[in-house]
Amino acid sequence: MRGFFPSATCRSRPRSGSSSARTLLVGLTLLSLAPGAYAGDVDLHGFVQGDYASRVTGLRPPGGSDFILGEERLQLTLTGAVAGGRSGFSAKTDFIHDSILDRSDMEVREAYIDFTAGPLEARVGRQIVTWGTGDLLFVNDVFPKDWAALFTGRPLEYLKVGTDALKLDWYLADFGFEAIASPTFEADRLPDGDRFFVQDPFSGATNRTTREPRPNLDNAELAIKVSRAVIGWECALYADRGFYRSPAPEPDTTGGSMRVVVRFPRRGVYGASVQRAGLGGVINLEGGYYDSRNDPEGNDPFVPNSQVLYLAGYKRQMGPSVMLGLQYYGERIRQYDQYRSTLPSGAPEQDRHRSLVTSRATWLSDYQTWKLSFFGYWSPTDEDFYLIPEVWHSLADGVWAAVGGNIFGGSGETTFFGQFDRNDNAYAAIRYEF
Amino acid sequence: MQSVRGVLSLGTLTLLALGAGTVAPAAAQVTGEDIVSREQQAFLYAARDFRADVSMRLVDKEGQERRRKLTMLRLDTGEGSSQKYYIYFHEPADVRGTAFLVWKYQDKDDSRWLFIPAIKLVTRVAAKDAQSSFVGSDFSYEDISGRDLGADSYKLLNEEAREGKDCYVVEAVPKSSSAFTRKVSWIDKKTFLPVREEFYDVQNQLARVFTADEVKDVGGHPTVVRRTMRDVKREHHTEVVFENVGYDSGLDEGLFSERYLQKPPAQWIK
Repeated sequence: MRGFFPSATCRSRPRSGSSSARTLLVGLTLLSLAPGAYAGDVDLHGFVQGDYASRVTGLRPPGGSDFILGEERLQLTLTGAVAGGRSGFSAKTDFIHDSILDRSDMEVREAYIDFTAGPLEARVGRQIVTWGTGDLLFVNDVFPKDWAALFTGRPLEYLKVGTDALKLDWYLADFGFEAIASPTFEADRLPDGDRFFVQDPFSGATNRTTREPRPNLDNAELAIKVSRAVIGWECALYADRGFYRSPAPEPDTTGGSMRVVVRFPRRGVYGASVQRAGLGGVINLEGGYYDSRNDPEGNDPFVPNSQVLYLAGYKRQMGPSVMLGLQYYGERIRQYDQYRSTLPSGAPEQDRHRSLVTSRATWLSDYQTWKLSFFGYWSPTDEDFYLIPEVWHSLADGVWAAVGGNIFGGSGETTFFGQFDRNDNAYAAIRYEF
Repeated sequence: MQSVRGVLSLGTLTLLALGAGTVAPAAAQVTGEDIVSREQQAFLYAARDFRADVSMRLVDKEGQERRRKLTMLRLDTGEGSSQKYYIYFHEPADVRGTAFLVWKYQDKDDSRWLFIPAIKLVTRVAAKDAQSSFVGSDFSYEDISGRDLGADSYKLLNEEAREGKDCYVVEAVPKSSSAFTRKVSWIDKKTFLPVREEFYDVQNQLARVFTADEVKDVGGHPTVVRRTMRDVKREHHTEVVFENVGYDSGLDEGLFSERYLQKPPAQWIK
């Protein structure tokens, strides 16, 4: 998560139209073939879910409404395994009806095949990967995220987006090695300007082009993780060679009218994390270096500068049904002088150091059928905040409902959370899982 | 002098012998702590490893039910009372695929990890309170995996028949503050399995009652295959049934790891 992303108007959407019809066809073919191929060991599960969110500030972006989310989803998950579990597959597809646009869509969230050979495991296909130790803070979890889902109160799993990748895991004595190769780029999904008030310094641009890295070999992303426990500490090292996933817009005023080209610059990430039980709870520490490979000198104002990121967290249980968590997170721009000297006039200036404090409190009640939770981000340097209170209730086995809020604020309009100030919203979700 | 001493000794012996029949017969041979130690051995440490498919029925006072289905694997690591548990959830649907790993140590807090399948996240769980409810049931974590023997002081209260079994009646009083202030256990003299346990709260009122409803011999190990925990005040109870119980199946210690949290071992979890 970067301290400031100038344009939040680029949101990659689930594929629609003919490609989705093709995917559906492939999915149905798989569905019809699978039971034969994986005799006896195929399961079909899923859920039906409704998600609704309304802005409560009374303000509407041009052409927008109070409703920022209204959708019904059917998720079908088909899993199978051959005897002994040496091979298996999973395909998870969402069929979505957007009730605001009255449009239907589908998205393949995961579709992968697993192979196991002794200490080696391979997973091929679209998959969700989660790394790192942060709670809603990400340093070494370089995989794509859907911030729009978080900001509108969709269930937390929708914060993570699948990556099309080959993943190899190798377990050797006490070591775990993971290697991920992803030939295609997947951008973070950010709130849509049609539904959300977003800070866009190039709002006057008439022509906007998004250039995602093409799926070439030299654009393939590679990520590696090595982990092992050392005297009670779970330690991990991470390295990733890929791209920034939030857009970096660059204006082009040649020829009179302003064009904006949105790019995703190259990035290398090198980091480490440790975690262990301590102080009656769990302590985690994580750090990383984001190497801005398209701007090593830090002189290009339209490419993020290299950064050091770190976080420290602590969580513990207080009594039988209360959990508390606290985190401190910081980002430090490496070549801050170059950043300042090349910053276009009028552009909001970021501090050299940005810090965030988060807190989480969860209270379970009535045989865990009620859950009251609160998560809050607060940045002392950006002077902004984002609060997520939620009440969750399990109505019966497999049926739950949640209502909550997304409350943004800050002293400035250009900081990460401050820019969403006018989007405070209340949300409701209900799910029946089978 | 000798004869007086002899009389005194005889008198003492007679008193002891008389007392034996009514008060604490085995006091000379066995203490409350010995009995509870043997109970833990029979109830939680039988064989080197253990597996079972577990069904839970949570019933509230209106008779409404919720169900949980899970597979439990247990391994004794051979270091004191340390054990490893692997729990995989089959039902309800909203937690299907969730897996839970516990490394239980003799003299420090457990290490616990949880795998959340929807986001492929393995997260370390802060585990301070062993008395929290296990998956929303009337059982607490320590009801499932045991309580440190040294955490309570024990007193052998009595011996009596309960549910047709000859039992020791042992009282346990926590040495430091706990969810209960007193626990009275009826422990089968033959199998050393608990037959009934009563938990009393701070007002010294009966709060929860455990009953072993069915015991089966599985490979020479008497096993409580059906048990109930009843919350007396809230009129809520949880019934637990063990099926496909296996001992000494040859579970490998490597199963109790992050690798298998993410990918449940198909051989053991179906």
